[in-house]
Amino acid sequence: MILWIIKRDLLLAMRRRADVLTTLFFFIIVVSLFPLGVGPEMNTLRIMAPGIVWVAALLASMLALGRMFSGDYTDGTLEQMLLSPVSLSALVMGKAIAHWLITGVPLVLIAPVLGIQYDLPAESLMVLTLSLLMGTPVLSLIGAIGAALTLGLRGGGVLVSLLVLPLYVPVLIFGAGAVEASAAGLGFEAHFSLLGAFLLVSVVCSPWATAASLRISMG
Amino acid sequence: MLTANNLGFSRGNHKLFENLSFSINEGELLLVSGSNGSGKTSLLRLLCGISTPDEGEILWNGAEIRDLGEDYYRVMTYLGHLGGIKDDLTAIENLRISCALAGNEIDEGQAKEALGRIGLVGREMLPAKVLSQGQRRRVALARLLVTHTKVWILDEPLTALDVTAVDMIRQLLEHNLSKGGLVVMTTHQEMEISAVTSQHLVLS
Repeated sequence: MILWIIKRDLLLAMRRRADVLTTLFFFIIVVSLFPLGVGPEMNTLRIMAPGIVWVAALLASMLALGRMFSGDYTDGTLEQMLLSPVSLSALVMGKAIAHWLITGVPLVLIAPVLGIQYDLPAESLMVLTLSLLMGTPVLSLIGAIGAALTLGLRGGGVLVSLLVLPLYVPVLIFGAGAVEASAAGLGFEAHFSLLGAFLLVSVVCSPWATAASLRISMG
Repeated sequence: MLTANNLGFSRGNHKLFENLSFSINEGELLLVSGSNGSGKTSLLRLLCGISTPDEGEILWNGAEIRDLGEDYYRVMTYLGHLGGIKDDLTAIENLRISCALAGNEIDEGQAKEALGRIGLVGREMLPAKVLSQGQRRRVALARLLVTHTKVWILDEPLTALDVTAVDMIRQLLEHNLSKGGLVVMTTHQEMEISAVTSQHLVLS
């Protein structure tokens, strides 16, 4: 069942490639503009890199949140999901996974290439990619709760940022922190453990919270 | 048996209905009519479990539908007037996905056959955005051909349909009723359905 939802959302994304590319281009542009604006001072760039890449990933992921449920809401598919004999939490999990595959994975894949602009050493690039790999699913899962709560509201886009951004902050701190720690020669395992913990907690709690929010928004 | 006891529901400060009670047995049809804004869709959304009534209860075989949850959804099909059709997907994909969501997975052959029966031969592979209103409606209604559920809750199923399609839907409803199913529907069109009993509920 989850597979059906993932397959459908990927199919829809393939038919509307512009939406997917918007997120990716936004990420590429933001990350690429900083070296131009700050200047070619390698030491400064190296220090700034993790923060910039992570903030850009955060905003890029948020950019697509509004679309997570709104399409299904306007064409009536969401009603059918609410009335499915399969648990709504499972369906929501499928939607979050699809959102991550569409918006998160491309960012993870392109991040090492963008990191080169900041003269990051190979190890830092690897840690950056891994931290994004663990952190971006958390962004999709937490974002799903916000998207569900603001469903059908006017000006929901602003509201969703207000709701979701505070919850994104820990992921940002420990995601960027992992790269900084590895660049400073300290271990990054602690940061990764915490990112893993965030991931586990959000996998368990977010589908349930999102399903409850959807029922409230639709009721 | 689907029973509603003393239902009350309001939208904002506006009370749509109160003390509404009825019960529908196997093989019975309930036609809901009323002017625009009289609460027909709201009533149907209560009966299928999307919304919660302000007062009263809705029982399926004696148990509250809210408590039954997924057990009730397994025997119930709801078709809202939005239909749940995705513009970017083809008719076949739309049908297969909406069936899968309803817990009834069908293969491509079955989907094609159902779409053929509902009068969409040769349109199966077209994206829904190029179909006309009536054809999109037919894609949504094709679900009724393959579903195994007993309770059908249909919101304006006849909108945008031509005479042949209306006739086909009538036969479908009669078939479900003769098997011991229940149908609740709203419509502005007159339709002769030979059900065991048919009740008429007018909301004002």
